[in-house]
Amino acid sequence: MPIAAVDYASFPDAHGHFGIYGGIFAPETLMAPLEDLANAYAEAKMDAAFQAEIDKDFQDYVGRPSPLYLAERMTRELGGAKVYLKREDLNHTGAHKINNTIGQALLAKRLGKTRIIAETGAGQHGVASATVAARLGLECVVYMGADDVVRQAPNVMRMKMLGATVVPVTSGTRTLKDALNEAMRDWVTNVDNTFYIIGTVAGPHPYPMMVRDFQAVIGREAREQCLAKEGRLPDALVACVGGGSNAIGLFHPFLADEAVKIYGVEAGGEGIESGHHAAPLCAGRPGVLHGNRTYLMQDDNGQIIGTHSISAGLDYPGVGPEHSWLKDIGRAQYVSITDNEALDGFRMLTRTEGIIPALESSHALAYAMKLAPSMHKDEIIIVNLSGRGDKDMNTIARIEGYEF
Amino acid sequence: MNRIASRFSELRAANRSALIPYITAGDPVPAATVDLMHLLVSKGADLIEIGVPFSDPMADGPVIQRATERALAHNVSMHDVFGMVRAFRATDSSTPVILMGYLNPVEILGYAEFAREAAAAGVDGVLTVDLPPEEAEDYAEILQVAGLERIFLVSPTTPNRRLQAVARLGSGFVYYVSLKGVTGANSLDTDDVARHIEDLRQFISIPLGVGFGIRDAHTAGLVSKVADAVVVGSVIVHLIEQHQHDLPAMHQAVGALVAEMRAAMDAVQIAGGAA
Ligand SMILES: Cc1ncc(COP(=O)(O)O)c(C=O)c1O
Repeated sequence: MPIAAVDYASFPDAHGHFGIYGGIFAPETLMAPLEDLANAYAEAKMDAAFQAEIDKDFQDYVGRPSPLYLAERMTRELGGAKVYLKREDLNHTGAHKINNTIGQALLAKRLGKTRIIAETGAGQHGVASATVAARLGLECVVYMGADDVVRQAPNVMRMKMLGATVVPVTSGTRTLKDALNEAMRDWVTNVDNTFYIIGTVAGPHPYPMMVRDFQAVIGREAREQCLAKEGRLPDALVACVGGGSNAIGLFHPFLADEAVKIYGVEAGGEGIESGHHAAPLCAGRPGVLHGNRTYLMQDDNGQIIGTHSISAGLDYPGVGPEHSWLKDIGRAQYVSITDNEALDGFRMLTRTEGIIPALESSHALAYAMKLAPSMHKDEIIIVNLSGRGDKDMNTIARIEGYEF
Repeated sequence: MNRIASRFSELRAANRSALIPYITAGDPVPAATVDLMHLLVSKGADLIEIGVPFSDPMADGPVIQRATERALAHNVSMHDVFGMVRAFRATDSSTPVILMGYLNPVEILGYAEFAREAAAAGVDGVLTVDLPPEEAEDYAEILQVAGLERIFLVSPTTPNRRLQAVARLGSGFVYYVSLKGVTGANSLDTDDVARHIEDLRQFISIPLGVGFGIRDAHTAGLVSKVADAVVVGSVIVHLIEQHQHDLPAMHQAVGALVAEMRAAMDAVQIAGGAA
């Protein structure tokens, strides 16, 4: 049972711990730079001018606030709770990822760094990083698993147009986790002039906290918008969980509202029982990877195992440490949606609302399709529509049998 | 006394620095590792560092990444690594063995079980690349109780404040990562290393080893002038890779390199001793 007394705003502690999760598990060379980053961020957070700069960029460059849209036709078809969509797909560059890169790029500038590196899975974070780098005149190198370079080709093109160097990573499983390893290796080597913009709430402290804070604009807006439109808080929140940044961004401002149910949706791939999935919270166990302690997909020897998801952005064997903690204390529930169910969600939204969602976000939609019919008509669900589906056209075309 | 401490005191008495070669357990095949360990000793290794394979070696360069992949193709586990050390100990009871790796394969066993089994197998020290002193309080205590030395890394970016934590928790020796980068990165600047080592000695009273970027006998010799130990990894692993399908050629190449490094280090030290 959730304990009402938890002061969610006081997590993580000074060393990045959310209960037993999080922390700083990094090679020695990165320890001092991580501490510098934590200090710089703590100062920036207190600096009204820094916050004002972020707010201005959010409004004039990203296009915030993003609308909270009542999906009326989808709601009617599902025949249950009202479904609202938080339209992060309408942000500049097409996903929530830009909220974070705006903030981290301003920090990079503050720290006097001239070079930005990033890892990317779906390419959305890579595009968002290349975008802010172009705008600030910084060099940008993006690491991307070689398999993802193929399945998210349109985003690779965008990054290149924006002036970034895209480095395909061929080690390990050739997906997001290997891109993260490679970005860490670059950072260890070029730490003097380089700022590493991590794209999700993973990595060593202060990243999970910092990325959460930048993404929490999603939940703050959604909370206000829901109160303005409905005069009350929603009954449930639903978001997909890869590393967990769009989810924690929506969830965090609602954590103290104990009546609001919270659902994080992991990638069930071919089904949890098949073993081919990317659902560490549903089917993994705690361990240490990429700088923090969290739920991981691993074998009995502690080796990280290959993941599978139709969506590159969810194809990650770990998850942000705050989600691990929220799972253990029971404040959020984590569920999974298979590739096929996600495709149903994708088709449903496209055909009922004229909105083409990202395959990642389609996982959240598919869970809302299950949840809404079980709820009353006067109840409210907010689904985080974390991104648009333009980048997924190749994948969808292949599945639907279209040829370009 | 732990084998590491007694080895360093013998070396100090003889005015010599330690040569510490690194190989990845199970590379290129599990059956090759114990013979390679004996070979390293016969060619002049004073201590041996054994890499425990991990699927996500984020502090390693391509050479050791590939070694890890070769080992993991044979599913080399922590228990297998213990088995290799146990087999090595059957005929070598004096050469210290250090396990180097990442935390997750340790976490899944549990710190206590890991420490107990490692000590029972004949391991002498543990270096966990992604476990800085800040997160290592419990771990260090458990290792200490089991009689295992706690080897920590320091780097050119480590501030003095953190050196104190390393000095407090570390034992055996402290491993100075001589450049910013991953294993197998470019060659180091020996003058720069000499300056750093002098600074470190103000904080660290146990032996100081230097590793990362030592690729030839000449550099090993220069580093041995200022450091208590010289750690050599990627060049050896690279030779293992080159000769992975020809064990005699592998032994020939690895043995020759280690012997050459040993000779260069001894030459420097004899010259230094005479001066
Ligand atoms: C549209 C979209 N949603 C979700 C994700 C998953 O990331 P996170 O869980 O950090 O929000 C991605 C990642 O690339 C994405 O592009």
